[in-house]
Amino acid sequence: MTTYIVKRLFAMLITLWLIITLTFFLMHAVPGSPFNEERATNETVQKNLEKFYHLDKPLYVQYGLYLKSVVTFDFGPSIKKSSQTVNEMLGRGFPISFELGMITLIVAVLSGITLGVIAALRHNGIIDYLAMTIAVLGISIPNFVMATLLIQVIAVNWQILPVATWVSPKHMILPTLALATGPMAIIARLTRASMLEVLTQDYIRTAKAKGLSPVKIVFKHALRNALLPVVTVLGSLAASILTGTFVIEKIFAIPGMGKYFVESINQRDYPVIMGTTVFYSTILIMMLFLVDIAYGILDPRIKLHKKEGS
Amino acid sequence: MEKVLEVNDLHVSFKTYGGEVKAVRGVNFNLYKGETLAIVGESGCGKSVTSQSIMRLIPNPPGRITNGSILFKGKDLTKLKETQMRSIRGADISMIFQDPMTALNPTITIGEQLVEGILQHKSISRQEGKKVALEMLDLVGIPNPQERFKHHPHQFSGGMRQRIVIAMALVCKPEVLIADEPTTALDVTIQAQILDLFKDIQKKTGVSIILITHDLGVVAQVADRIAVMYAGKIVEAGSRREIFYQPQHPYTKGLLNSVPRLDLVGAELVPIGGTPPDLFSPPAGCPFTARCSYAMEVCDRAYPFKTHLSQDHHVDCWLQDERAMNRLTSVK
Repeated sequence: MTTYIVKRLFAMLITLWLIITLTFFLMHAVPGSPFNEERATNETVQKNLEKFYHLDKPLYVQYGLYLKSVVTFDFGPSIKKSSQTVNEMLGRGFPISFELGMITLIVAVLSGITLGVIAALRHNGIIDYLAMTIAVLGISIPNFVMATLLIQVIAVNWQILPVATWVSPKHMILPTLALATGPMAIIARLTRASMLEVLTQDYIRTAKAKGLSPVKIVFKHALRNALLPVVTVLGSLAASILTGTFVIEKIFAIPGMGKYFVESINQRDYPVIMGTTVFYSTILIMMLFLVDIAYGILDPRIKLHKKEGS
Repeated sequence: MEKVLEVNDLHVSFKTYGGEVKAVRGVNFNLYKGETLAIVGESGCGKSVTSQSIMRLIPNPPGRITNGSILFKGKDLTKLKETQMRSIRGADISMIFQDPMTALNPTITIGEQLVEGILQHKSISRQEGKKVALEMLDLVGIPNPQERFKHHPHQFSGGMRQRIVIAMALVCKPEVLIADEPTTALDVTIQAQILDLFKDIQKKTGVSIILITHDLGVVAQVADRIAVMYAGKIVEAGSRREIFYQPQHPYTKGLLNSVPRLDLVGAELVPIGGTPPDLFSPPAGCPFTARCSYAMEVCDRAYPFKTHLSQDHHVDCWLQDERAMNRLTSVK
């Protein structure tokens, strides 16, 4: 197990290095610089600014300096908002984004699995059709459309919940709903399909022949096996939720990381772009790693490490 | 001898898009204490459906027991509620399925799969349950049960898995054990071991066994009595000796003839020509008529009456019925 984790960590570092290298050169390949604005700046000021941010040096030197900043995890000050460092921005924005992402993930997973299991158990019944209609709607409606709909109906017309911002649990309901429907629908459909397949397996019949109750058969024997494919998509689903937060944060005026991420690209704020990219990539890679570990725990047939004998 | 199980006029049908498939059409048999009854027949003859009906494991819908009774200790199993049936499954009547590779849950340790069955039916502690399970693993010949208890199914070979499946079926000391093709998925040497295990366990526990198989070699080794099924009916039944040495039904004869023989080198296999009838609309007469080389006119018109040849031996064939002898005109 330990050797597996060490190996994986090493591979993760290489992946991360590839991501930041690609991002760095892509970013510099984009025409323009942080100081290209409609209003022309004084040439001396421009020179001084470039010198301060090392933008006058050759690209490979900048790349070296940049790698150093990644290793020390100190991305320096933002170019556009010079009073703030990138680390401060991450420190302020990330907890909020993380909260939104995590709540969404939990809501999506729990409701998706419940919906899928119920649909499978009532296969071809009214509840099944209802659940799958909800699921298809959830997949087809993009989260920004969902968000605007929710705001219009629930917040504006009915005035039950606040329109925007991220202050109290009440404020969290609409953004979470908007963000969670898509992943929930995917999980529900997957759980249903996989549950239907598992329920026809021989070992379910064996469990029945033992005289176990239907509840025990579903929860102990079927669900665990049915969840394997769900866990597989969880990694990429977490990724889509994380990136989805950019849009949702913008719509609901949530002061998370998404705002900095989008703004930094528009303004070519190099340190912020790199800082947020590294940060997001690290989280995503960690998520995928956790999914693989979870896989090994759920299914004993999957060996994460070589064992002696069998 | 004490009767453990009595099946009377059992009918089972499946509703499909194409119509109603009458898979079992009036099956009668008794099972006595401590004996092994083999039910043999080709694929689709209804032997598995019969056995699963006893356990009430026929998926409903589409399957349904349409008529008949299954008496176990005076109770009619076809009339019990699902919850009552649940307390019988695994405790009084257990079942072993064909493929040991898929019959065990791959994500749960074999120990837990054994113990959960025990705890379902007996109010004992988990520790005591484990003790019972370990004893049972030892009985079915799993070496080092204490250690193996914690292992998952994929860590066992096919033969070992079938032993575990057998152990699982026996943990609650059932009175009836239904084994549905228990050796079909195993290779021949393992088959012999498993059959020895059945005999051994029967001697130790006195369990009555219903053995479902299409392999007459298996039957010859372990069965006390044999029932031959064809197209949803038992066409001939008798003691092992009677069926193997004095088979009376042409179908039974055909089955015995089709067994490959080692002593006839170079001889061709003798199949039974033709195919079984369509069970959507089973024929009014004997379903074997179309494949039978002794078929008479009457065979096509009416299903034969049961003819008793000895206490155990009976056959459904017009050839054994004196009333048919007067009209010996061949159809073919």
